[in-house]
Amino acid sequence: MIVVGWEAKMLRDKRQEYLVALLLVGPFVLIYGALFDWPTIQMAMLSFTKAPLIGAGDWVGWDNYAKILSHKLFHQAFWNTAYFVLLTVIPNTLISLVIALAVNRLKGPVQGFVLACFFLPYILPVSVVFLTWNWIIDVQYGLVQGLVALFNGGQPISLTRTIPLFMPTVAFVTIWWTMGFNILLFIAGLRNISPEIYEAASLDSAGRWRQFQRITWPLIWPVTALVLTIQLIAQLKIFDQVYLFSIGGRQDATITLVQYVYKLAFQQNKGGEAATAAMLLFGMIIILSVLQYQLLRARGEK
Amino acid sequence: MSAEAIPNREVLATTRSRGDGPIDMIGLVLTVITILVALASFFPIYWAVITSIKPDGEVISGSNSLWPNRMVFDSYIHIWNNTNIGIWYINSMVTSLIITALVIVSSAGCAYALSQLDFPGRRVIYVLILACFMVPMQALIVNHFVLMAQFKLLNTWAGIILPQLIVPVVIIVYKQFFDSVPKEFREAAQMDSAGHLKILFRIYLPMNWGVTASLAIITFIGAWNAFLWPFLAATGEATMTVPVGITQVKDAYGIVYGKLMASAVVAGLPVAVVYLIFQRRVTQAIMLSAGVKG
Repeated sequence: MIVVGWEAKMLRDKRQEYLVALLLVGPFVLIYGALFDWPTIQMAMLSFTKAPLIGAGDWVGWDNYAKILSHKLFHQAFWNTAYFVLLTVIPNTLISLVIALAVNRLKGPVQGFVLACFFLPYILPVSVVFLTWNWIIDVQYGLVQGLVALFNGGQPISLTRTIPLFMPTVAFVTIWWTMGFNILLFIAGLRNISPEIYEAASLDSAGRWRQFQRITWPLIWPVTALVLTIQLIAQLKIFDQVYLFSIGGRQDATITLVQYVYKLAFQQNKGGEAATAAMLLFGMIIILSVLQYQLLRARGEK
Repeated sequence: MSAEAIPNREVLATTRSRGDGPIDMIGLVLTVITILVALASFFPIYWAVITSIKPDGEVISGSNSLWPNRMVFDSYIHIWNNTNIGIWYINSMVTSLIITALVIVSSAGCAYALSQLDFPGRRVIYVLILACFMVPMQALIVNHFVLMAQFKLLNTWAGIILPQLIVPVVIIVYKQFFDSVPKEFREAAQMDSAGHLKILFRIYLPMNWGVTASLAIITFIGAWNAFLWPFLAATGEATMTVPVGITQVKDAYGIVYGKLMASAVVAGLPVAVVYLIFQRRVTQAIMLSAGVKG
C-alpha cells in the first residue's frame, strides 16, 4: 500500500515537474523561436527568391548567390571589411595588452582611476563616440586639424572625406572605443598568473623584457587568442561607426558587408539579394565561430 | 638600464617585489607614462563635455581653451527646445528597461529549468541556445524588418524591443551559476514540499543576486546603446531612441558643435552614471560574457 502510494506521488511529481519546466522554458523558447529561429529560416528561404523587401517573389534558385558573388560592390564590401579587420584586430590586441601590463603594475586607487579612464569609452553608445570624434576631427574647427596641418603643409584635411584616410581614421576611433573591453580581459588573465613564478624569476634577476618573454607572454597567450577571435568576429559585423562617419560622403567606396546588406534591402528594395548577402556573411561568421569555439574548448580542457 | 641592474639583487632579495623602492626609476617613469596615456584616453570625453558648456562664439574662436571662459548651458536649452530629445529619452528608457526585465526573467526561468529539471527536449534546447552565439544578429536585420512590418510593429516600442530580446549570453551565465549551486539546497527545500517556482525565487535567484544585478546592468547598457536595429525599426522622429535621434536629426541653423556635444553628453550620461556607480558589476558582467569567470 505504502509503496503504491509513493509511486503515485512520484508520477504526480514527475508530471508536475514537466508542467513547471514548460512554464519556465515556454516564454524563452517562444521568444527565440519567433525572433531568432523563424527569421533565420526565413532568411535562408528569402535568399533563393527575387523578392522585394516586403512581399513575395519568384524562386530563382542559386541565381542570387551567383549574382552577389560576382557583384563588384560585394567584392568592395568584402575587401573593405577585411581591411577594417586588419586595421583594428591586431593593433587593438597589442595596444590593449601593453596597457593591461602597465595598469596591472599599479596599485590601489591609482589603478582604479587609470582603468576607469581606459574603460569609460567602451560603455558609451556608438553615436556618442561618433559625434565626439567627428567634432575632434572637424575640418574647420577640430582639435586634431592642428596636428594634421603639420603633416600637410599647414592645410587641414577631412579625415573622413579623403577615401584613403577613412578606414584608418574609423579604425583608430574604434580601437579607442573598444580597447577597454580587451584590457579588462587581459588584466583578468594577468591576475591569474601566480606571483610565485615571477618571484622565482626576479631572484634570478631576469630583466623586465625577459620576464615578459619567458613568463607573461606564454601564460597570457590563451587570453590573447580569445581576445583576437572575439574581435575578429565583432569587426566582421562592423556597421555603425563606418556608416555614421560615411553619411554625406561617397558611401560605396567605404562600404562594409553589413552596410552592403543594408543597402540592398533598405535603399534598393532587393529583399532576396539582401538575404543572400546576409547568408554569405552568416557563413563566414559561422566558420570563424566554430574556430573560436574550438579554441575556447581547448582552453577549458586545460 | 644600469640604474636598475645593479641594486636589483639586494633590493629584490629583501623586499621581494619590484617597483616598491625609490631606486626603481624605470618603474616610476612607467607609472607616469601610464597615467598620462590614461588621461589622453579620457580626453575626448572631457572635450565633448567642455565643448557643450562653452558659448558658440568660443567654440569656433579657435582658442581651444581647456576650460570655458564663460560656462553656459545654452546648447542644452537649445536641444531641449528644438529637438524631440525628451521623447527619445522616454523611448530609450522604456524600451531598455522592458528589454532588461524580459531578458532577465525569461533567461533565469529557462536556465533554472535547464539546470535543475529533467524534461524531454532539455538537451536540444541547450544546444540550440549555444548555436545562437554563431548567428550574427546583423545578418537577421532584413528578416526582422519583414517580420516587424508584417505585424505592423515598425515605429512602435514593441518593434524596437522584440528583436533585442535575443541575448543568449544571459541564459548561459545563469545556467553556469545555477549548475554550481549545491543540489542539497534544492533537495532540502523539496523535503519541505516547496515547489520549483518557490525554490527558484526563494533560493536560486537570491543566492545569485549579484549575477542577476551584473547581467541586468550589462543588458540595460547594451539596449540603451543599441544602434542598428532601432535605427531600422524607428524611422519617425517621434519613435526614435536617443542614440538614433541624435545622429539622424540635424539642426539646420547656427553653429552646431556645442549643440551636438550637448546631445552626445545627454545620450551618454545614463550609461556613464550606471558604470560609475556599478563599476564592479559591469566589470564582472563583461568577464562573464566573455567566458572568463571573474
